[in-house]
Amino acid sequence: MARRENAEINAGSMADIAFLLLIFFLVTTTMDVDSGIARKLPEKTDQQSDVIVKEKNVLDIVVNRNNQLLVENEYVKVTDIKRLAMKFIDNGGGLGTPIDDKPGEPCDYCGGAKDPSSSDHPSKAVISLQSDRGTTYGMYVSVQNEIEAAYNQLRNDLSLKRYSRSYDALLQDYNDNPTESLKVKIDDLKDKYPQIITEPEPIK
Amino acid sequence: MSKFKKKKKGTPGISTASLPDIVFMLLFFFMVSTTMRETDLLIKKPALPVASEVKKLEHKSLVSTIYVGKSKDTRISGDKIQVNDKIIAVKDIPSFIYSERALRKEDEVKFMTTSIKADKDASVGTVLDIKEQLRDIDALKISFSTSKGTDLSKNF
Repeated sequence: MARRENAEINAGSMADIAFLLLIFFLVTTTMDVDSGIARKLPEKTDQQSDVIVKEKNVLDIVVNRNNQLLVENEYVKVTDIKRLAMKFIDNGGGLGTPIDDKPGEPCDYCGGAKDPSSSDHPSKAVISLQSDRGTTYGMYVSVQNEIEAAYNQLRNDLSLKRYSRSYDALLQDYNDNPTESLKVKIDDLKDKYPQIITEPEPIK
Repeated sequence: MSKFKKKKKGTPGISTASLPDIVFMLLFFFMVSTTMRETDLLIKKPALPVASEVKKLEHKSLVSTIYVGKSKDTRISGDKIQVNDKIIAVKDIPSFIYSERALRKEDEVKFMTTSIKADKDASVGTVLDIKEQLRDIDALKISFSTSKGTDLSKNF
């Protein structure tokens, strides 16, 4: 009697099974990476404390329901906001916020025009974004994006000057390899140009 | 001579033995690079606005998403808000966030982010109402979901 050879398992249908799985995953999954403009909302406090902010330290941006923009009562385009915001934040015409009873110091890193009628110091410069309830969300995000771009640009410039590396690159490095020295640099840059954005009640 | 004549005639078939390997490779690529679709949209898919200064949302498991957009039914006007698999009113957002928090560990709650995926034609009023509700319950980290691009002119 001849010895029977081990019959091999037929692997022909393996490809079909794998295809089935592949198609299942293709259908149920999405490729897109979730990304967006990150914002931190201000906390709600019970006691209303009136902080007096000088008129010149506030950049008023108003968007109406027809998606038209007013910056400091002048009609502008969305693409102008970044330039205007940078000019405003980086002005450095006066003294900064006093920290721990120390008197405020003038901004020694600002590259602005030092115009006394514009903002005193980046730590005092407030951007106020007032929108209408009827403004479209796309416009609102565009304005937010331009403001963000202004701050990022300023931080980038300062970072290049001080650490000869851009702020974006520092953030990237920190993401790949979080070290204490990088964190100090990033926090310092954030501290030099803090984002102060206020959004008053929308126009009804 | 007969030695040489024994050779088979005709073209041999292409071996498909490596086909499963190729398909598996594709399969693994898609499994790794994609995420599961979590919710079925009851509203029209929001057309996200474009922004250049975007940040990637880290820690997917700590993100709760709020969709804002038009209803699929064209007769119904106004913005609809969807979370998970249902359409809710603005005042129900706190309870949604609370239910999301209940699913996470306590020490992770402060890292939770709310991602607002709103249509670019939605009105800001709706979005600001949502923000106000989130402020009320101290869900302060938010992200306006956008797609990356530099041409902002399509936003409005």
